[in-house]
Amino acid sequence: MRFSGWRVLKEGLTGNKGWKPHWRDPEPKSEYDVVIIGGGGHGLATAYYLAKEHGITNVAVLERGYLGGGNVGRNTTIVRANYYLPGNSEFYSHSLKLWERMEQDLNYNAMMSQRGIINLFHNDGQRDAAVRRGNAIINQGDDAELLSRERVRELAPFLNYDNNRFPIMGGLMQRRAGTARHDAVAWGYARGADMRGVDLIQNCEVTGIDVEGGKVIGVQTARGPIRAKKVALAAAGRSGQVAAMAGLTLPIESHVLQAFVSEGLKPIVDHVITFAEGHLYISQSDKGGMVFGSYLDFYSSYAARGNLPMVEHTMESFVAMVPALSKARLLRSWGGIMDMTPDGSPIIDHSPVDGLYLNCGWCYGGFKATPGSGHVYAHLIATDRPHGAATKLKLDRFRSGVGLMDEEGTGAQHNLH
Amino acid sequence: MRIACPLCGERDRREFYYKGAALVRPAEGADLETWHEHVNLRENPAGPLDELWYHELGCGSWLKVTRNTATHEILDVELASEAGLGGEK
Ligand SMILES: Cc1cc2nc3c(=O)[nH]c(=O)nc-3n(C[C@H](O)[C@H](O)[C@H](O)COP(=O)(O)OP(=O)(O)OC[C@H]3O[C@@H](n4cnc5c(N)ncnc54)[C@H](O)[C@@H]3O)c2cc1C
Ligand SMILES: [Zn+2]
Repeated sequence: MRFSGWRVLKEGLTGNKGWKPHWRDPEPKSEYDVVIIGGGGHGLATAYYLAKEHGITNVAVLERGYLGGGNVGRNTTIVRANYYLPGNSEFYSHSLKLWERMEQDLNYNAMMSQRGIINLFHNDGQRDAAVRRGNAIINQGDDAELLSRERVRELAPFLNYDNNRFPIMGGLMQRRAGTARHDAVAWGYARGADMRGVDLIQNCEVTGIDVEGGKVIGVQTARGPIRAKKVALAAAGRSGQVAAMAGLTLPIESHVLQAFVSEGLKPIVDHVITFAEGHLYISQSDKGGMVFGSYLDFYSSYAARGNLPMVEHTMESFVAMVPALSKARLLRSWGGIMDMTPDGSPIIDHSPVDGLYLNCGWCYGGFKATPGSGHVYAHLIATDRPHGAATKLKLDRFRSGVGLMDEEGTGAQHNLH
Repeated sequence: MRIACPLCGERDRREFYYKGAALVRPAEGADLETWHEHVNLRENPAGPLDELWYHELGCGSWLKVTRNTATHEILDVELASEAGLGGEK
């Protein structure tokens, strides 16, 4: 079933009776070439690219809940490629290019909106850091623009420019950044993978990973054992637990991150804007809600809800940055489980177990990585060699200390990112 | 979340700084693998976990807190100085 404007029109005129389910609901087979654990954005994108780019279609994605019920449907949907360090820089650049043609590629409306991101700065030190990062972004071949205070004011007149502690001095803008509809990204990849023969199996928790003589041979699941030549982990916040099934301990702590949405308001915020007092980021959804978030709660957690101190902090930052919206009412808030690494950067690599692959450590930035992660992970699984855009996302960097990617420069230690 | 400091009583989460899993520090000359394990690798359980919290806005004690990471329930609190964490592994 292909989607098009014509199709929408026709269905609209005929009572919308012709739409079909977007994917099958198959029974698991007893054996696959590749089993992917986790039906979030990364697992689904990996399955899609395995089938499309590598012709590997005897693949199952095993999801303990429902497709897209994890972080892929819980994030604040910011997509960008404005990283500083080699490793992250080329990877997110690769990912953003895939975002730009995802909808045509998938024939699916992901509401990709390149509305631009503006990272505000409030003092000379932050300005210097923004210039330096902007240059790194341009060297990578992506776009970055330094905005004066006056230019930011033209684009976002509603911000508080004269906060005593955090006056706005300007911003670093990336025009190709923006937002996308997160659910649609999961559904689009799911549909694309299913159309190419991948089995998407929901309500199928993986409970064990079978390893024989140092080599993976399959998994145990809530719906019975499944044999597999290769097993690929894509369980995001639960990576540590899934890896433990194969006897591995990862450099990962799971933490909770909250998100907030206000009631619907008339269009006011045209871009994604981040405030450098802390970590506040805001955008306005197409329905009019202000979508925003800030820090982790900063303690290990598997609860998909946070605590009030971080709610309070986020509201304080929001009101300090956009006093014009201080009367807006909060509609919803929720939390998601983040797989935090010591340096705050991801891992896409072989594991010490033959035939078992790792994709984890996405921290709070893994949504923008979705197409890139799926694409390079599929390459690794299919060819057993890292993709050119992901040669530095190594597991071993924590042991060796070589090639750590600590973007904030706060130190590669748990609980600092 | 409220934590019952053994010296100050039950206090709001805002008064505490979180350090992470409460691990026994390896001996000075321990090999690379032991230090790698200590610094980087985490059991990361979904359930009870021994953690270090610092009562920053209170008495300034380091606490060993046993907390359920799936429910945020605090199960036990003791002074870290009495928890035998400083020893060598
Ligand atoms: C509040 C919040 C805001 C965020 N904002 C942004 C943002 O603005 N920009 C950005 O780039 N990133 C953001 N992120 C991060 C991003 O959402 C995640 O890094 C990313 O979604 C993780 O990859 P995923 O989509 O594959 O994860 P998930 O969707 O979580 O997929 C993992 C799946 O694995 C399944 N699973 C786990 N264990 C098992 C098992 N044993 N068996 C079978 N299945 C299992 C889970 O059920 C889940 O569906 C945010 C996250 C949160 C929580
Ligand atoms: Zn105290």
